[in-house]
Amino acid sequence: MTEHNNTSPVLDVHDLHIEFDTRHGALKAIDGISLQIAPGEILGVVGESGAGKSLTGTAITGLLESPGRISGGEIRLEGQRIDNLSQDELRRLRGRRIGAIFQDPLTSLNPLYTVGRQLIETIRTHLPMNRAQARQRAIELLAEVGLPAPETRIDQYPHQFSGGMRQRVVIALALCADPKLVIADEPTTALDVSVQAQIITVLKRLCREHGTAVMLVTHDMGVIAEAADRVAVMYAGRLVEVGPVADVIKHAKHPYTQGLMNSIPTILHDVERLEQIEGSMPRLTAIPEGCAFNPRCPHAFERCRVERPDLIAVDEGAAACWLVEEGATPPPQARATADTLVDHHD
Amino acid sequence: MSTVTQRLNDDWRRFIDSDLFYSFRRSPITIVAFVVVVTLILAAIFAPWIAPHDPFDVSTLSLLNSELPPAWVAGGDPAFLLGTDGQGRDVLSALLYGARISILVGLASVAFAMTLGVCLGLLAAYVGGTVDALIMRIADVMISFPPILVALLINGVARGVLPPEMQHDAVIFVLILAIGLTTWVQYARTVRGSTLVEKNREYVLAARVIGLRSRSIMAKHILPNVIGPILVVATVNLAIAILIEAALSFLGVGMPPTEPSLGTLIRIGNEFLFSGVWWVVIFPSAVLVLLVLSVNLLGDWLRDALNPKLR
Amino acid sequence: MIAFLIRRLLQGALVMLTVAFIAFSMFRFVGDPVTNMLPQDATLEQRTELQERLGLNDPLPLQFGHFVTNAVQGDFGISYRNQRPVSDLIAERLPATMEMVFAAVVLSLVIGIPMGVYTALRRDSWLSHLLQGVSLAGISVPTFVTGILLILVFSVWLNWLPSFGRGDVVEIGGWSTGLLTVSGIKALIMPVITLSLFQITLIMRLVRAEMLEVLKTDYIRFARARGLTNRAVHFGHALRNTLMPVITITGLQIGALIAFAIITETVFQWPGMGLLFMQAVSFVDIPVMSAYLVMVSLIFVVINTIVDMLYFVVDPRLRVDAGKNTTGA
Repeated sequence: MTEHNNTSPVLDVHDLHIEFDTRHGALKAIDGISLQIAPGEILGVVGESGAGKSLTGTAITGLLESPGRISGGEIRLEGQRIDNLSQDELRRLRGRRIGAIFQDPLTSLNPLYTVGRQLIETIRTHLPMNRAQARQRAIELLAEVGLPAPETRIDQYPHQFSGGMRQRVVIALALCADPKLVIADEPTTALDVSVQAQIITVLKRLCREHGTAVMLVTHDMGVIAEAADRVAVMYAGRLVEVGPVADVIKHAKHPYTQGLMNSIPTILHDVERLEQIEGSMPRLTAIPEGCAFNPRCPHAFERCRVERPDLIAVDEGAAACWLVEEGATPPPQARATADTLVDHHD
Repeated sequence: MSTVTQRLNDDWRRFIDSDLFYSFRRSPITIVAFVVVVTLILAAIFAPWIAPHDPFDVSTLSLLNSELPPAWVAGGDPAFLLGTDGQGRDVLSALLYGARISILVGLASVAFAMTLGVCLGLLAAYVGGTVDALIMRIADVMISFPPILVALLINGVARGVLPPEMQHDAVIFVLILAIGLTTWVQYARTVRGSTLVEKNREYVLAARVIGLRSRSIMAKHILPNVIGPILVVATVNLAIAILIEAALSFLGVGMPPTEPSLGTLIRIGNEFLFSGVWWVVIFPSAVLVLLVLSVNLLGDWLRDALNPKLR
Repeated sequence: MIAFLIRRLLQGALVMLTVAFIAFSMFRFVGDPVTNMLPQDATLEQRTELQERLGLNDPLPLQFGHFVTNAVQGDFGISYRNQRPVSDLIAERLPATMEMVFAAVVLSLVIGIPMGVYTALRRDSWLSHLLQGVSLAGISVPTFVTGILLILVFSVWLNWLPSFGRGDVVEIGGWSTGLLTVSGIKALIMPVITLSLFQITLIMRLVRAEMLEVLKTDYIRFARARGLTNRAVHFGHALRNTLMPVITITGLQIGALIAFAIITETVFQWPGMGLLFMQAVSFVDIPVMSAYLVMVSLIFVVINTIVDMLYFVVDPRLRVDAGKNTTGA
């Protein structure tokens, strides 16, 4: 995992702010996020719904729609700034250098066209190929994502595929032009549990083979543990913790991350009851003073209620918590179960 | 006493602060439409007091005054601001009375259609089964036929059934019946759809569990939730009802010339068209269009305001 | 597909039977057919004779059976008013209405669809706002007002176009067409504009709403995320999905146009079925009214069936037997 650290990142997001213009003024949805993804690295982004995970992904692909807008910060792709590009330049970037995978494979494909047509049009948009070459490449891609009999299935319509197979097609579409980065937004959430693991395996294998970096947005810690190299935890529009996946799962620094870890069920260990984080994430209109998590935090003290912590580097990661700065790592709540989640990583 | 004023005050403030009023204030065209509709309704209500002449009092009519152009055109008479028709009737006065009848028929048939549609929709959703299937099949058939045709047929049948001496007095009720029976489907569909959604919500189930009768559950819990969509349908349908009435009257099967609506006035005016007497037909047409357009604008605004995701 | 077609035809037959029943009830119970068909000074023998001939003494189900049998053969009886077979009257008037309606449908699609697409894609341009405003005015102006205004301007004031009738028509195998003569075409212009104006705005608003809805779908967002050009996204993907419901509505609208033709034909004294129907209504000429009703319903049913067939061509989800080809993950 450390091998990526000295190469320059594929994606470099610096102090990103996203606001929504409403009649009551601008709402801060993303409030200063910085993250990097190295070539070939898989970064998991987790958090509750509404934390701003998907929004960050949408902003990177340049598909943010009004009234949302980037109000500050920079996004760099392979060193080139992309947050200020024109619509058309962004368009050329999408699919070519940044691929995207959406949540629901049932709705991601146009029901009126064969999967082949959708693949071929994407390939020919980005690569100088004639129809026959593009079709050949499409068949190869379908084979690569593990679709049986791609020569015949290429001429079928999306409704003739099961959910898992459609998601494989979506992955093939995202990887059409060999992008350097793939933004996968909850790629397994809409799928059957039995299929989720297969899709993650395919995604992971292909990205390793093609050297593609992935930003894997999900609320499922199981998926993160399975696939990611590093994790970024989001809460109320900010990053609260970043670090290598094993560290974060085993020794979470931020009380919120600890809460997340304790809410994961596991079949290998008997636990008397699952922990849950009291309360719910604040709405964008009512983010509390100080640390946004303080009203729900079991360890909150005076400083947390007045001053907002930034990410503070610790070990190989970082956490936005005053406890970390004070050197007082919060009382370990992490259960032994966390070990089982990272088994395949070592 | 002071608590009452306090509450009224609160309600008023909440209304002023609401999204509905906000979007109203933000849209000048909606304000204009609102003013037009209110003005026309007031003018219609007070027609007997504000009309300069009584267009139905034959004794005051004089053929000497027939086909006078509007007052600002050469040959016009200031006493007849918008000119006169072939019998010397004041166009402005006829217009005020005509708008009165058009609006009356429009509102009455909307009220009738709404009552019918809401009841049938609730019934279909709440009882379900065969009743639901039957009501919705009828609705499907009704809606696949153009409203004007259905209204014409109902109107025609009613005329055939009624004895001739009753026809004149009954014509306004026949119109309301025909238009109402033509336009109830949308209410029924809307109510049925919303009710089916609400019916299985926890609060309705809870109300059932504590033993409330189904009718009072409907009245207390479901109706308030469907009022928004129904209001939108009603506004749009008011425009449609006014148009159907005008069309029927224009075709000569609606209001008679002795008791003209805007449609009848246009029909009368149409006969003068070729003699170059344009004002008899243009003014009623303009008022009709203005009325329907304003109501449509209000309906559009209401739909967008109550349903922001459609924007 | 065959099963679907059969089911569809059965449904259509059922609708037609219902309509026939309504038409029959109108004929039988609205007014007295015998009184209506005979001159006022008819003798009692004449009455009994006619009653016998019309079969009015038979049991009702039998009468209805006769009515349907006759109707299927195109026999709707004799018009009360001009004492001619109703079928002849309808056959004479059908071409005039169909030509006008057909021209209006073509015009409203050719103008309405591009306008709808434009206003959906360029939501904030001034032209879109203008078109949106004009379209609202369009659905607020009644057909007859449009017609009257056109007559006032182009016939009375400018004297460019005829205000009534079809102009010169040419008979081609029993079908009289006005499309082959200059005066026929000139006569067609104003009625067609009148009839289509409302439809244009309706189709424009429908296409706009539908397209905005489609543009919000995941597969359009995904198409953008794949970096397809705006052209490919808008016209390759969104438009085709938008036009699916438009097909249905257009089908329904042809029916509506035939009904609206009643008004247009009255304004322009256009010798079509609508004018015939209006004359029948004012004279309570029940046989003509019921024949018109059956005729129009038949056209509706035929159009709806054609629309359903079209869906098979356009939507692959219906074309292929979905259950058979789906494989498990």
